[in-house]
Amino acid sequence: MINLARYYLAEARNGLIHEFQYRVTAAIGLLGFLVEPVVYLAVWRTIATAQGGTVGGYSANDFTAYYIVWSLVRAMNLALTPYSWEWRIRGGRLNDLLIRPVHPFHRDFAFFAGQKPVWIAIWIPFAVVLWITFRPAVDLGLGRSLVFFVTIWAAFAIRHMWLFVLGALNFWTTRTSAVFELNVALELMLSGRLVPLSLMPAWVQDVAAWLPFRWTFQYPIETMIGRLGWSQIGLGLVTQVGWIILLTLVIQLIWGRAIRRYTAVGG
Amino acid sequence: MRSLKLAWSYFRIGAANEIQYRANFVLQLITSAINLATGLVAISLVYAHTDDLAGWSRPELLVVMGIHILVGGVIGALIQPNMRQVMEEVEEGTFDLVLLRPADAQLLVSIRHFRIWRLVDVILGAIVIGTGAAGLSVGFLRAVAFLLAALMGVVVMYCIWLVLTTFAFRVVRADAFTDMFDGIYQAGRWPVSVYPAWLRGALTFVIPLAFAVTVPAETLTSRLGPLSLLAGLVITALVAMTTRWIWNANLRRYSGASA
Repeated sequence: MINLARYYLAEARNGLIHEFQYRVTAAIGLLGFLVEPVVYLAVWRTIATAQGGTVGGYSANDFTAYYIVWSLVRAMNLALTPYSWEWRIRGGRLNDLLIRPVHPFHRDFAFFAGQKPVWIAIWIPFAVVLWITFRPAVDLGLGRSLVFFVTIWAAFAIRHMWLFVLGALNFWTTRTSAVFELNVALELMLSGRLVPLSLMPAWVQDVAAWLPFRWTFQYPIETMIGRLGWSQIGLGLVTQVGWIILLTLVIQLIWGRAIRRYTAVGG
Repeated sequence: MRSLKLAWSYFRIGAANEIQYRANFVLQLITSAINLATGLVAISLVYAHTDDLAGWSRPELLVVMGIHILVGGVIGALIQPNMRQVMEEVEEGTFDLVLLRPADAQLLVSIRHFRIWRLVDVILGAIVIGTGAAGLSVGFLRAVAFLLAALMGVVVMYCIWLVLTTFAFRVVRADAFTDMFDGIYQAGRWPVSVYPAWLRGALTFVIPLAFAVTVPAETLTSRLGPLSLLAGLVITALVAMTTRWIWNANLRRYSGASA
């Protein structure tokens, strides 16, 4: 356990140094990412204003707060995509990770976790610009901010594990990109990434409640912007932990089978 | 003439190469269908809560989305693969070999690599535009003007890509620009009038997405007249010439990496 913690620290430092070294690349990449919430924000602010103030319980001001926090959550829940698994497996690059005495999951998780400070540093000026442009009124309670801190890390863990499971599909077939595209589309609609789920039809909200997506986007956002009561926040935390446990079990279950199918090509 | 023949040969070879991988066609169909469905869901969500978005009705927005898909298809099939190849070659040092060939370098880097399956999006986009336009009354002249505007948009997008690519001569690792472009391109799905002034400015002058998507849409939906189209023609010509100049200037600075 202590060894693993030390490994995590070392690998996280690796990730941090890597991102810092390529900070311009990171900034340009993140800039592309951050267009997405501005687009949603502009569209839904326009609609809310045209509708005389609110849509689906969100005012123009609420949308602004929602999507600014959205962008931070997005920077936090960025994780290794299943496409990288395809790249690794096809090119035999996985060998490198397999000969290490730790599970490859830990390597990616720690590496990405280590990159977060750089992304957050790049995110701050972006958020400031948005804040000055739209001036949303949000009261940031200390208690809620602390819980938010926990929920975004849990969101990162869930999303990372979910994508890890999807990435493992590459061990069975190399034509997985359609599955990943579908995953992106589902995430857009069922996580609160495209719009807060309260704007969706009721049945969509029911479906979303049973999937991991909303716990990686909407739940942390709503925790921060004060749309959830403490009991809802508590319930959400329990659900997040539940998903982490469930996905841990799934990973344990499939990894052993997946790796037995792997034969290296070059590397 | 010689340039056209050269482009055609490259295209034929590239197409023959890709037709070997028919499963990729099916994958492209699935991907395009998913993206279209996502776009349609977004539009229905918007119009479930309002009747017009910054002055755009539902069929008009469908036109915008159709153009966005179509131009995206052209970029993905014809422009982006070529530019990515240049970026990779500059990073690996094999770009020197391109410069040795007895053809104009800009022409050569623009015609070498195509992804024909992405043309699925061109067809899909055309269908979406048609569906949207069916709900509007569009005359023959308007349709022609629209095609002209769309063509100018594609030329401007090509220019932007080429300029982004020349950055590779300086910074070597230019692949992040690709990601950035893909991200920014998503903003073209909606008419730029929805956006706050600074973003509208950026989408008009820095990455002129407005020119590629909104202007053709505005032409088709009778928001722009012949005078604007003429102005567009002049701007396109200027952009093309400036791009040529930037390309040449940067090419002179290119010093090769290894090879």
